[in-house]
Amino acid sequence: MVTGTSVLGVKFEGGVVIAADMMGSYGSLARFRSISRLLRVNDSTVLGASGDYADFQYLTQVINQMVIDEELLGDGHSYSPKAIHSWLTRVMYNRRSKINPLWNTVVIGGFYNGESFLGYVDMLGVAYEAPTLATGYGAFLAQPLMRETLEKKPSLTKEEARDLIERCMKILYYRDARSFNRYEVAIVTEKGVEVEGPLTLEANWDIAHLVSGFE
Amino acid sequence: MVVADKNCSKIHYISSNIYCCGAGTAADTEMTTQLIASNLELHALSTGRLPRVVTANRMLKQMLFRYQGYIGAALVLGGVDVTGPHLYSIYPHGSTDKLPYVTMGSGSLAAMAVFEDKYKPDMEEEEAKQLVRDAIAAGIYNDLGSGSNIDICVISKNKLDFIRPYDVANRKGERYGRYKCERGTTAVLTENVAHLEIEVVDETVQTMDTS
Repeated sequence: MVTGTSVLGVKFEGGVVIAADMMGSYGSLARFRSISRLLRVNDSTVLGASGDYADFQYLTQVINQMVIDEELLGDGHSYSPKAIHSWLTRVMYNRRSKINPLWNTVVIGGFYNGESFLGYVDMLGVAYEAPTLATGYGAFLAQPLMRETLEKKPSLTKEEARDLIERCMKILYYRDARSFNRYEVAIVTEKGVEVEGPLTLEANWDIAHLVSGFE
Repeated sequence: MVVADKNCSKIHYISSNIYCCGAGTAADTEMTTQLIASNLELHALSTGRLPRVVTANRMLKQMLFRYQGYIGAALVLGGVDVTGPHLYSIYPHGSTDKLPYVTMGSGSLAAMAVFEDKYKPDMEEEEAKQLVRDAIAAGIYNDLGSGSNIDICVISKNKLDFIRPYDVANRKGERYGRYKCERGTTAVLTENVAHLEIEVVDETVQTMDTS
């Protein structure tokens, strides 16, 4: 099955930013190198998925239909990021309880009523919110760096958050064997959703000159 | 998972110019480094020279390979010898890597993330010490298998600094007052002492053969 690796998310002053690379792996084969793992739900919410890409495509279909139905209702309301997160938590947990999970780990980011939102849901139905989030290898490699940055400066600007994400994506490219150097970034503010991409990471291989043999 | 030792020393002596950090099975890292340290000392007396890091590397990997990974020692070996400074990582199955920066153990990804972010070639000593401190700290705060304080060992051509601790990352809280209850806090209403009757059934004396 086709899978996606880490998704990262960081809150900043006035919004959130989430990012994911554009790779669909087929085991150790780099099968698809230009697929989007980020979904724009509405003007206040974005969603990034890692894990089974087919299940993400199904989820996309379901969510898009929900958004259309809501539009048709025309009651002036739109789904908040918290509502999407809550709904998805129930969906994922109920699927796991039927021993038929959606094999994904999802990051939901949004900005609604002047507040930033960043939530995590995985295939077991485990759900939580935090100022920084990372799925897969990102939890081991990127999360320590993100937490350290926020510890020194609890409130980041949009540019600082973007820079942090880019630094983390670079390190994931260095160290995650299923990652790729092309990625997308979604930024949500009161102005709405901005999906930047495809962006390319510049890797620094200078240390290669210092490496020779294994002994 | 329980913390067995809140301040154990994971930087092992191999020789005066070579030290080895051990991750994995604690007993294996301790005994393996001690064995190679001992053999290396004998070897140094035989050669009449200061031991080389590559020698320690070769001795360690040949032993670990022989045990096919059953000795769970994941080591970071470093030192300075006549040929210069050298850094190796040694895996339980016996493979080695010679690199400018290495990490091992459960916190290795957190530490490696810090190295990949901030490492530059030809750093100053203080810069390097701070970087290593930051890498270990990433493991302490983000990995459940790591904790407590940070020790550092700086090995140079003419100097050895074994700084333990370099950073007390987790200071134990100071107790503010006495919390002991004085005798009489709880009123004793009645006291009943029951004597346990033990009947001596048999008594034998058996002498030890001390001849």
